[in-house]
Amino acid sequence: MAYLIRGANVVDPQVGLNEICDVLVEGDKIAQVGKDLDATDATVIDGAGKYLVPGLVDMHVHFRDPGFEYKETITTGSRAAVHGGFTDVATMPNTSPVTDSGSEIRYQIEQAQMANLCHVRPMGALTAEQKGESLAEIGDMVAEGASAFSDDGHGVQSAGMMRTCMEYVSQFDRVVCAHCEVESLTTNGVINEGRASTRLGMFGWPALGEELEIMRDIELARITGCDFHVCHISTARGLEYVRRAKAEGLPVTCEVTPHHLFLCEDDITDAYNTNLKMNPPLRTSADAAAMREGLLDGSIDCVVTDHAPHAAHEKDCEWEIAYFGCVGLETSLPLMLANMVLPGKMSWERMVEVMAINPRRILRLDPVRLEAGSSADLTLIDPQMVVHVTPEYLQCKSKNSSFLGLTLKGCACDVFVDGRHVLVDGKVVEA
Amino acid sequence: MENMGPKATIMDDVAMRRAVTRIAHEILEHNEGAQGLGLVGIVSRGVPIARILSNEIADIEGTRPPVGQLDISFYRDDIGRSIAPVLHATNIPFDVNRRDIVLVDDVLYTGRTVRSALDALMDIGRPRTVQLAVMVDRGHRELPIRADYVGKNVPSSHAEDIRVHIKGTDGDNSVTIWDKTHNKKEA
Amino acid sequence: MLSVRHLIDTTSLTADDITQILDTARSFAEINARKGIKKVPALRGRTIVNLFLEPSTRTRSSFELAEKRLSADTLNMGGSTSSVVKGESLADTIQTIDAMNVDMFVVRARLAGTPQKITENTDAIVINAGDGKHQHPTQAMLDLYTIREHFGHLDGLKVAIVGDLAHSRVCGSLAPALKTMGAEVTLVGPPTFLVDDPTYYACPQTSDFDSVIADMDVVYMLRVQLERMEGAAIPSKREYNRLYGLDLRRERMMKENAIICHPGPMNRGMEINTEVADCARSRILDQVTAGVATRMAEMYLLLGGENDGISD
Repeated sequence: MAYLIRGANVVDPQVGLNEICDVLVEGDKIAQVGKDLDATDATVIDGAGKYLVPGLVDMHVHFRDPGFEYKETITTGSRAAVHGGFTDVATMPNTSPVTDSGSEIRYQIEQAQMANLCHVRPMGALTAEQKGESLAEIGDMVAEGASAFSDDGHGVQSAGMMRTCMEYVSQFDRVVCAHCEVESLTTNGVINEGRASTRLGMFGWPALGEELEIMRDIELARITGCDFHVCHISTARGLEYVRRAKAEGLPVTCEVTPHHLFLCEDDITDAYNTNLKMNPPLRTSADAAAMREGLLDGSIDCVVTDHAPHAAHEKDCEWEIAYFGCVGLETSLPLMLANMVLPGKMSWERMVEVMAINPRRILRLDPVRLEAGSSADLTLIDPQMVVHVTPEYLQCKSKNSSFLGLTLKGCACDVFVDGRHVLVDGKVVEA
Repeated sequence: MENMGPKATIMDDVAMRRAVTRIAHEILEHNEGAQGLGLVGIVSRGVPIARILSNEIADIEGTRPPVGQLDISFYRDDIGRSIAPVLHATNIPFDVNRRDIVLVDDVLYTGRTVRSALDALMDIGRPRTVQLAVMVDRGHRELPIRADYVGKNVPSSHAEDIRVHIKGTDGDNSVTIWDKTHNKKEA
Repeated sequence: MLSVRHLIDTTSLTADDITQILDTARSFAEINARKGIKKVPALRGRTIVNLFLEPSTRTRSSFELAEKRLSADTLNMGGSTSSVVKGESLADTIQTIDAMNVDMFVVRARLAGTPQKITENTDAIVINAGDGKHQHPTQAMLDLYTIREHFGHLDGLKVAIVGDLAHSRVCGSLAPALKTMGAEVTLVGPPTFLVDDPTYYACPQTSDFDSVIADMDVVYMLRVQLERMEGAAIPSKREYNRLYGLDLRRERMMKENAIICHPGPMNRGMEINTEVADCARSRILDQVTAGVATRMAEMYLLLGGENDGISD
C-alpha cells in the first residue's frame, strides 16, 4: 500500500522540519518528503490544516496482560494507544506472572503482533517477581527484546539490591526506570501528605517518600554508570534533584504524566472521586506548575501516561480501598495540545521531542525521522477535531479516566504503524 | 405578596377585653373557682392570651392560675411540609397531673393544632380534665374537636385568613380578616 | 431549614445551621429531661437505617435512643450482620437497602468518604456518624452544645484540643465548627500527632501543653486511638500521660470557670486521669446527655426539611 499525505504541516526537529510538505509512504517506509509530490497509485490523505509528526511513544503503560485481562489486554490496550495517536508503547512488567523472563517478553511481543495495531515494547522486571530480592533474567529479556527494566509499582526498597540491579544492567545498552517510593515513609498513604490528607482525613503519601529515593538512585547511577530514568516524577524538589544531576552530566532522565501536569490535590474534593487516586498521588498546584516548567525547560524528557486500567468495581468504592491509577492513552495528546501546544505555551517541536523523539531514545528504539528511508510510524494531528472524554470515547477496556466529562480540542486523526493505516479519521481500524 | 390591608376588623380592643372577661368568668364558673386550674398557651399566640386570662382570673378571684407554654412542633401531623423556623421550648412550670388544664389558642380552625397539643400535653402528664379556650372559632373543623370557651364565632372561607393581634406582642388588640395571599398555616 | 441536605461534615455548615441545631436541641433536651413520656411523634412513620460498618457502642446507642424518642422506625445493620464484610461492595449494599425505601442512613465507617459515597447511591438523607479519620459532625454538635450550655455562648472562647490530632475525626469536625462559631482553637499534641497541614485549620499547634492550659476556657482531651496508631508515634502510655495527659497538676492550672471535655471512651491513666475525669470541671457526662438531644435535632431538621410531596 502507498499513501500520500498531502499538505500537512510536517514537524520533526530531528531533520529541522516545520513546514507544509507532502509525505509519501510506500510499504513500511517513508519513500519521500517534499513539495508537490505526485503518486498516482497512492491513497491520498488530505493533511491541510493538520500536523504530521513522528509516531508518538508512551513509554509507561500497564496492559495487564497476562494475568488481569479483565482490566485490559494487549489488544484492547493497543487499540487505545492507536486511538490516542501512539505508534509505540512500553508496557510495565507488573503482570501475573511478572514479566521477569525472556519468555514473558516474547509472549507480549507475539500478542502485540497478533493485535497488529501498534508496536509494544515490553519492559522487563529488575528483580525476580518484582520482589526486590534477587536479579531477574535481565540478559535473557534483552535478547528477547525488552526495551528497559523496571520494578514499577513500587521502588526497589533495598539500596544494596538497587545498586546490584544498576550495576548488572549497565553491561547492556538499557535504562533502569524507577518508581521512586520509600515505603517506610508512605505506609498506608493514599493521598498527598499535607492539606489534602488533612482536609479529607486520610493517611498522607509525603513528597519526601519520592524525593529521597530519587536522590538515592541518582547517587547509585553516579557510581554504577547505569542510565537511570525516573518514572512519573511529581514533586518540584524531586525535579530539582534531576536537574542538578543533569547539570553534572549524570546519565539521568525523567518523565511526567498528564495528570501530574494538569491536575493537583485541590482537584480532589469531598466527592472522593477515586479516578483521581494514583501513585504517586496528585501533588500541590505548585508542584504541577513546576512540572510544566520542567517540561518546557528540558529538565523533564518525556510525557508518559502511566495508563493504569482498573475495572469499575475496583474504583467504585471508598477511596482508601480503591486501586491506584487511571487510564491515559486517549487523553494524553489532547491534553497536551489543549493545555500546552495550541495556547502557544509549548512549541510543536518540543511536543514532538517529549512525546516521540526522547522516549524512543530512552527505550533504545531506532529513531523515526520524517525523511526518506525511515520507518513509516507517523501520527497525523487535527487541531480542530474535538474530543469528548466519555466512557464511549475510550477504547480501552477500563474507563477509569481522571478527565471524564472534559471536552478537548485537538487530537490524532490518523496513525500509521509500519506503513499500515491503523487510525483513519479518528477511528481505529479493526485488525 | 402582601395585600393592602384587612377586609374587616371583627374585634377591636374593647370587644377583645370583654371576651376575655367573659371567658374568665365562664372558666371560673365551670371549674367552681381557680383552685387546681392551670392555663397552657399553645405557642405562639396562645401564650399571651393565656397570660391575659390568668390576670383576669386573678382580678376576679384573687387566685392566679399558673401559666405554661406548649410547643407542638414535634407533634404536628404535617412534618415534611414545613418545620417551625424558630422553636419555643415547651415550658410548663407546674405539675399537670390531676390538674384542670385550659389549653389556650388564638384561632380554632381545622382542629389539628389542638389534636397535636392534646398529644403533647398527655406525654407530659395526666391532667384531671383538659378544656379549650380560643379567641376566635372560624369553623371548618376536620377533627371532632370543639372549644369550651370562645371569644367570638367567625364564619369564614378557606380563602380567608383570620389574624389575632395581641397588645404587647404585635401592636394593638384586634381580630382582622384578610384575603389569603400565601399559604399561611392554620393558626 | 439547614443549608445542607445531608450531614457529612462540619465544614459545610454555616453558623446559622449550627445555631439552629443547637437551639432545636434545647427543645429536645426538655423532652429528654421530662418526667412524663420522653418521646415525641415527630418522625413517626420514617425509617432510619443505622449502618455501622465499624464497631461503636456509644454513638450507636445515642443514635438509637434519639431515633426512638422521635418515634422513627429503625433498622440496625453492621458488624457481623453486615454484608459488607462478606465482600459485597458498598454501592451494592446501599442500593439493596435503598430498594426498601428508607428515609435516612446513619453511617459509621472505617473509611473516609463513605457517607459521601452513600449519598451517590441513594435518595435518602445521610448522616455521618464518623468516617475514618475524616469527620464526626454529630460529635462536634454535641460538644458545641455542651460548651454553649456552660458558657452561654461560643464566640471568643479559647479551646485547646489535645492529643492524637492527626488520626482524629473528632478534631476534624470540632476544630472547623468551633472556628465557624467564633471560638479560638489551639491544637496540642506530640509532634508525631500534629496534623499534616496546620494551616488547613488556621489555628496554632503546640507540643507544650503547660504553656497554653492556663489560658483556656475549654480543654478538650482526645482519646488516643491505640488501634489507629501505625508505627508507634509515642513511646509509651506512661510517657504520654506525663507529657500530654490531663492530671491534677494541670487541672489546677486551669481558669476558674474552665471546663474539661472528652468524646469518650476514655483511656483513664493515659490522656486523662481518674481524679480529673470525675472532677467538677468535667462535662464528660453532659456531653453524653447532649448527644441524644443534638442528634434528635439533626434528624428532625434534616428529615423535617424534606418535601414529601403532601400538598397543603
